[in-house]
Amino acid sequence: MSAKEIKDDRQYTKDHEWAKRDGKEVLIGISAFAVDQLGDITMVSLDVQEGDEIQKGQAFGTIESVKTLSDLFAPLSGKVTRINPNLDDQPELVNADPWGQGWMLALEPSAFDAEQGDLLDAEQYGKHLEDSDH
Amino acid sequence: MADESVAAPELRKTPLFDRHQTLGARLVPFAGWLMPIQYEGIVAEHEAVRNRAGLFDVSHMGELRFTGPGALELVDGLVANDLRRIEPGRAVYTCACSEAGTILDDLIVYPRSAEDLLIVCNASNRDKMARHFGQAAAHAPQVTYTDESDRTALLALQGPRALAILDAAGSSLAPTADRLGTFRFAEATVAGRPVTLARTGYTGEDGVELFCSWDDAPKLWDALLEAGQGQGIRPVGLGARDTLRLEARLSLYGNEIDETTNPLEAGLGWSVKLDAGEFLGRQALLDVQQRGLTRKLVGFEMTGRGVARHGYPLLSLEGQVVGVCTSGGPAPTLGKNIGLGYLPVELTEVGTEFLVDCRGKHVPAVVVKTPFYKRPRTG
Repeated sequence: MSAKEIKDDRQYTKDHEWAKRDGKEVLIGISAFAVDQLGDITMVSLDVQEGDEIQKGQAFGTIESVKTLSDLFAPLSGKVTRINPNLDDQPELVNADPWGQGWMLALEPSAFDAEQGDLLDAEQYGKHLEDSDH
Repeated sequence: MADESVAAPELRKTPLFDRHQTLGARLVPFAGWLMPIQYEGIVAEHEAVRNRAGLFDVSHMGELRFTGPGALELVDGLVANDLRRIEPGRAVYTCACSEAGTILDDLIVYPRSAEDLLIVCNASNRDKMARHFGQAAAHAPQVTYTDESDRTALLALQGPRALAILDAAGSSLAPTADRLGTFRFAEATVAGRPVTLARTGYTGEDGVELFCSWDDAPKLWDALLEAGQGQGIRPVGLGARDTLRLEARLSLYGNEIDETTNPLEAGLGWSVKLDAGEFLGRQALLDVQQRGLTRKLVGFEMTGRGVARHGYPLLSLEGQVVGVCTSGGPAPTLGKNIGLGYLPVELTEVGTEFLVDCRGKHVPAVVVKTPFYKRPRTG
């Protein structure tokens, strides 16, 4: 996994979450860059359950790494349809495969068309990473 | 994911900065320096030190030196340990206290003789301690005081294979295991370079620290990494240094100890010699001792799902705020979430249950015996 890798099949927040449309659902996770910054991830704690409504920008959980704790923010509003059942026991999945098996939750967006304009596409996100690279 | 901003101008670089970049280190600002926080990853580096060996660049630490007649007496009056009972060649851990008995810094003093003492202080406190010691030295005309921090580099080689690697790099004191006792130090040459070699460290493992000139540091770094290549040596950053010291229950200035804490409540009473003559802060500490401690630093394990971090409130089971977490995080060797923190003395017995306020979540924890990790005895 390269920290510079960006997938062009999804959209991003400036805080390094990704959102990937998959039929009626949107899957949410964090980017390889975010994972590289966090280092070894030891715990993913989601403060939401299936069925909860969450708002775009809402903190929906935290990621603990050996180094630090970070908040997770919802890239879109919607109803939580699934949460990744494997992260409780295997938080390291986020390190190993942030784009796939390390997904965190799925939601049914309630305002996708209105909100998606605020997200970055892969190219914009790549530029964002370059701009914030000191 | 909230971003941590990293930019800061005019950060200082150690003589090993180029080496860190070549090794792919992530460099972050620390106490005014640009320091490697990790190379391949904190857990891998932590594990290397516990099982094999790790090499640290800690050249940011401050080195202050007192020489001349009366140097030992002068320093002895500024630190809580009793230097007069220490023979030359033996390193001493001690706190320098304020008049109020709180901790200005924690130090290791290396007395080469009664007239030549090297003091290592924290990078974050270097300016403060340089001033503090400098003012005291000004009243002792025969004592010469120099801040050698800018020309002294410091490498730490730590782990069960550290001494063998040092010997393999070509040390005039080989075999180190036989010729340099724990907490002893001596002048030596390593890989042809003059060093002050000390069997000290900050990881809970056996190992050495090497003081050398700024210019010799890259050569020594390379020689030690090369000598350790077949032994699984790794360069180790400040991230793993922190997890290693936490498992070993070694205090970090700014976390467990600072100018609001005293060494007795911090569990450093073993390094405070109240009956061995006057030192700055002694009267205040005698008063503390007489009144009795109100709080103590304890080690704890999280029994619920949560990670304690520096600054999190500690609560009684009834939910009252009773203390504060000073350091916390996952302990890679133990596979548990651990922490240190201050609690009222009545809650400090091993087995006492309490709660940690993890940003609003009250997560159960229990007081445990420390150190969390103790290295296996060999030989």
